[in-house]
Amino acid sequence: MPRYVARRLGQAFLVVAGVVVLTFVVTRLLPGDPAVAFAGPKATPQQLAEARARFGLDDPLPAQLWNYVRDLAAGDWGTSLRTRRPVLSDLYVAFPASLELVGTALLLAVLAGIPAGVLAARHRTRLPDVGVRVGGMLAVSVPVFWLALALQTVFAGTLDWLPVAGEYDVALDTTSPLTLWTNITLVDALITGNWPILTSTLQHLVLPAIVVAAYPTGVIAQMTRAALIEEAGQDHIRLERALGFGETSILVRFALRPALNPLLSLIALVFAYAIVNGFLVEAVFNWPGLGRYAVDAIGDSDVPAIAGVTLLVALVYVLANLVVDLLQGVVDPRARQR
Amino acid sequence: MSVLSLTKPVRRPGRVDRLAVLGGVLIVLVALSAVLAPWLAPYEENTPDPLHSLDPPSGAHWFGTDFAGRDVLTQILYGGRTSLTIVVAVLTVSAVVGVTLGVVAGYAGGPVRDVIMRVTDVFLAFPALLLSLALAVVLGPSVTTAIVAIAATWWPWYARLAASVAASVATRPYVDAARCLGVPAPLVVLRHVLPNSLTPVLVQVSLDAGGVILTAAALSYLGLGAREPVAEWGLMVQQSQTYFTTNWWVVTFPGLAILVTAFAFNLLGEGLRAALDPRRVIR
Repeated sequence: MPRYVARRLGQAFLVVAGVVVLTFVVTRLLPGDPAVAFAGPKATPQQLAEARARFGLDDPLPAQLWNYVRDLAAGDWGTSLRTRRPVLSDLYVAFPASLELVGTALLLAVLAGIPAGVLAARHRTRLPDVGVRVGGMLAVSVPVFWLALALQTVFAGTLDWLPVAGEYDVALDTTSPLTLWTNITLVDALITGNWPILTSTLQHLVLPAIVVAAYPTGVIAQMTRAALIEEAGQDHIRLERALGFGETSILVRFALRPALNPLLSLIALVFAYAIVNGFLVEAVFNWPGLGRYAVDAIGDSDVPAIAGVTLLVALVYVLANLVVDLLQGVVDPRARQR
Repeated sequence: MSVLSLTKPVRRPGRVDRLAVLGGVLIVLVALSAVLAPWLAPYEENTPDPLHSLDPPSGAHWFGTDFAGRDVLTQILYGGRTSLTIVVAVLTVSAVVGVTLGVVAGYAGGPVRDVIMRVTDVFLAFPALLLSLALAVVLGPSVTTAIVAIAATWWPWYARLAASVAASVATRPYVDAARCLGVPAPLVVLRHVLPNSLTPVLVQVSLDAGGVILTAAALSYLGLGAREPVAEWGLMVQQSQTYFTTNWWVVTFPGLAILVTAFAFNLLGEGLRAALDPRRVIR
């Protein structure tokens, strides 16, 4: 096991190093002179030269790469050209908002997807099964930005049941200001007992969370169904049936358990996917997360901010995969051989 | 007695999944309507008609008109050409690149495999949308940019898949036999390993087509893919979204076009996987 962990950590480190280099190369390719962007359009040649020297833009490329790596390691992810704040502190505010959205969505997806998969497997080839298969397929086929626009227009616009956009009613910042602990609004509101902001956030969460949850729900339902049906052919199921357990309880109590391991790794993969997919949803619902930050940064050619978001998302992906692999190594000794 | 639907007989060979057939039929329809767009479309592509801007669906305009007075149905038919071009191009490029690297990695094993797989891992970790965004900024938004960008993030999946399949094919007796007979390694790969590694990749390609449609539409929606005067479904949604509240048809129909096409590809892909994967009993 220690050897497995070491090898896996080494691999993860290599991937992160590769991503850093790739990010560096991509950001060098981006047009637009960061010095010009920083110094502003009316800068004198001298101010430009100062900005250039400050960002080390006159150094040879390998030296720039080395500086970039050193700064990253030191926690200096550059300064956003748009917000003029350190990128890392911008991310520190934006990332929790994305986590809040994606976390809620994944919770919804698990709560809806697993029962749907069980239902389909229980009534295989009959109406509920066809319904879950078609529904799941539709959920993974729907363009998120379109679903977001549609739900927003119908439920926030026409019916006026839910708020149109934002994370919570900003007027509450003056009437009941939120104390920040984790930067995740829901959690902070809960632990500080800030009920107005909590209810407002929950209301604002409903629509974007449903949209982000669509894809994971479909995938989880399909996967649960497939795993259960495969498991149902096993010998232990026949024994449990002989012992007189009902079909549903066989599925839930005995067949679902072995299916949880692959489900876990699926959820980790879907998590990274959902963060990026959430970008489009955040843009539509004006959710103050990574996606909106990235889209704004792209509009302004804010290279350090784009690089920061890219790195962070890649790190999350690597970390999610690492955690899954390590967990599976613990649960399933065969995984260590791979 | 069959309260136990789980004990129903295993899929009979040759029996076709109806949902997969539905998917196939839908794809044929979408493809036909894209190819025949110039003959099927009731109006000329991209002809604004300011007198008929934002007309609701009617006999003259089945899907209504957009803010510029263009016939939505016509634009959707032409948009299908864009989407299908992107799908074919992305899947061809990424499958060729991915399979080549994957088969080499899987057959060679050892350090070659390690290097190729680590590079693959890096591209897998790199968020697809962000790489696409960066490329779109560098190359300027266009259909070609979208194709390059999506292919750049798509090939690693095929490399991974092909590597694991090729590694297992490489241990088969017929590969050993070829090697013992003195067949040079490149020929062994080309003649024996590659053809026997292709089936899972082809299944994956059909499963991925829906995802490519969605990604391409998302890029165009963000203004990073197709641009005017090219008709594209994601672009149509983006251009029309401000009129959505009062004119439901301008966003609804292009979105449905994306949904139906991705849905059809996914149905067909699932059906193919179930049919070609002997291990699975799921229909």
